Amino acid sequence: MAKVLIFVEQRDGKNKKSSFELIGASSAAGNETHAVIIGDAVSSLAAECAQYGANKVYVVQDAILKNYTGESYARALVAAIKTISPEIILGSHTPMGKDLFPLVAAQIDGALATDCTSLQFAGGKLQLKRPVYSGKAIVEVEFCGSGIQMATVRPNAIGLGKPDTSKAADATSITADFSGLKTKILEVVKGNSARPDVTEAGIVVSGGRSLKTAENFKILEDLADTLGAAVGASRAAVDAGYRPHRDQVGQTGKVVSPSLYIACGISGAIQHLAGMRTSKVIVAINTDPQAPIFQIADYAIIGDLFQVVPALTNEVKHLKE
Amino acid sequence: MNLYVCIKQVPDTETKIKVNGDASGIDTTGIKWIMSSYDEFAVEETLRLKEKNAGSTVTVISAGPERVIDSLRTALAMGADNAIHVELPENADSNMAAKAIAGALKKETGVDLIFFGKEALDDGAAQVPQLVSAYLNIPSVTVVCGIEYNGNTLKCKREIEGGSFEMVEVSTPAIISAHKGLNEPRYATLPNIMKAKKKEVKAVKLADIGVSSSDQKIKFKNYQLPPPKQAGKKIEGDAAAQAKALVAALHNEAKVI
Repeated sequence: MAKVLIFVEQRDGKNKKSSFELIGASSAAGNETHAVIIGDAVSSLAAECAQYGANKVYVVQDAILKNYTGESYARALVAAIKTISPEIILGSHTPMGKDLFPLVAAQIDGALATDCTSLQFAGGKLQLKRPVYSGKAIVEVEFCGSGIQMATVRPNAIGLGKPDTSKAADATSITADFSGLKTKILEVVKGNSARPDVTEAGIVVSGGRSLKTAENFKILEDLADTLGAAVGASRAAVDAGYRPHRDQVGQTGKVVSPSLYIACGISGAIQHLAGMRTSKVIVAINTDPQAPIFQIADYAIIGDLFQVVPALTNEVKHLKE
Repeated sequence: MNLYVCIKQVPDTETKIKVNGDASGIDTTGIKWIMSSYDEFAVEETLRLKEKNAGSTVTVISAGPERVIDSLRTALAMGADNAIHVELPENADSNMAAKAIAGALKKETGVDLIFFGKEALDDGAAQVPQLVSAYLNIPSVTVVCGIEYNGNTLKCKREIEGGSFEMVEVSTPAIISAHKGLNEPRYATLPNIMKAKKKEVKAVKLADIGVSSSDQKIKFKNYQLPPPKQAGKKIEGDAAAQAKALVAALHNEAKVI
């Protein structure tokens, strides 16, 4: 059993579900599980942390924390760490967690492993696995020395437990000094997409160059919206200008681990497979039976995506009715 | 302006990765080594700044074994003025690399901006820029795909999730980690590649900057290839039949929808 602190990520007053995966995993392993929420007026988010298994919830609140900067959030998290004195600190491998955790690790002389896809506890210590070479190999992490162990874990890698909605929590406030900050957030420009982000979505519908035009991605968007999924793309489709780079899945794009990945008209270059092979269930739709994507697909449809994808959208609609 | 750019050498993205005999790393036989692709945006940004600000110098730094000098020469051929090679063992972690780079930078004077790629294509750790910023006690902005320069002040466009961006203001000295979209990196010309071969590369030893193996916080061990997948289930029939069978399988068998 260890004393574990989870950094609970929120944006715009909404907790990220991936933080609850970590609370659930820590709590299920019998750890003394503490959660800290950082932001402006966020104490109402504490109850949810308790419902997923946090024993104690803390908040660091300040108007300056309304929007994230690495510098201000690092001050807040370091203050929380000094108050709580955890042995292990966990966060999600999201744009916020990725930026924040190294800043904090340097300040507390912690040992940090990022982008972990497997997390276990043994004898009060972390046991982690993570991909290297964008998933072309997997390694185990060995901690050198006895410092505080830290990890960021890829969203969806653990899975979400069931909340106990009868639970409530009193948030304990922690204060920090925010004088003399050198970075300032001027504005957060919101994306206009109602769809989830490709790295956070439970389901990803991805398309390749076989889509032929940017407009043709509409049929993938229809399927994605029916499933509540994100839309991804291969490097070839992004290079052809069909989708923005932020949707690119693969070694030079995003690395994803959704529960379901539907590859449409993607041949499966080594570069692309590196970015999605840890998906739990993979569906491949392609006219070429020799396409490498079929070697890692759980379900293979040899067929024309322009016929199969709209038919799938219809079937999913029937299922949801 | 005194501009610095830190690069990492990694296996080419087309490399088929093989694990070495005792699973302590990868088999590097026959690997083609390249500059990590996000680092190219970082190098390009320093070159553009130098072109706009007369009297500027660009110094490229890489920490790693002897082979990384080749990538330093690539940056010199692109247009960097000086190169520093910080000797670092093959399997050093992000923290030891950051201590080494920070140590080399502390020996420089009047550092204005330090650029990195947002993450390297080998371990994808995305740690070193922020660690160096903490060790040098200067601010950092990561995953930057656009910068407006206004004197000593930078307005950075940082990509976050969901197609959203944070606009972050920071003043020099600062660390920026570069993302795709920041610029379009140039190719080195043949005459410049030839010239770069003759340029001096300054060597920095870990002992000179007080870094040792005790700065290593984590080690990667027991390298494994991803487990081979079982042959998948082929779904036959026309499009409508395939769609029906697939949705049934995903719902009842795989239970993912």
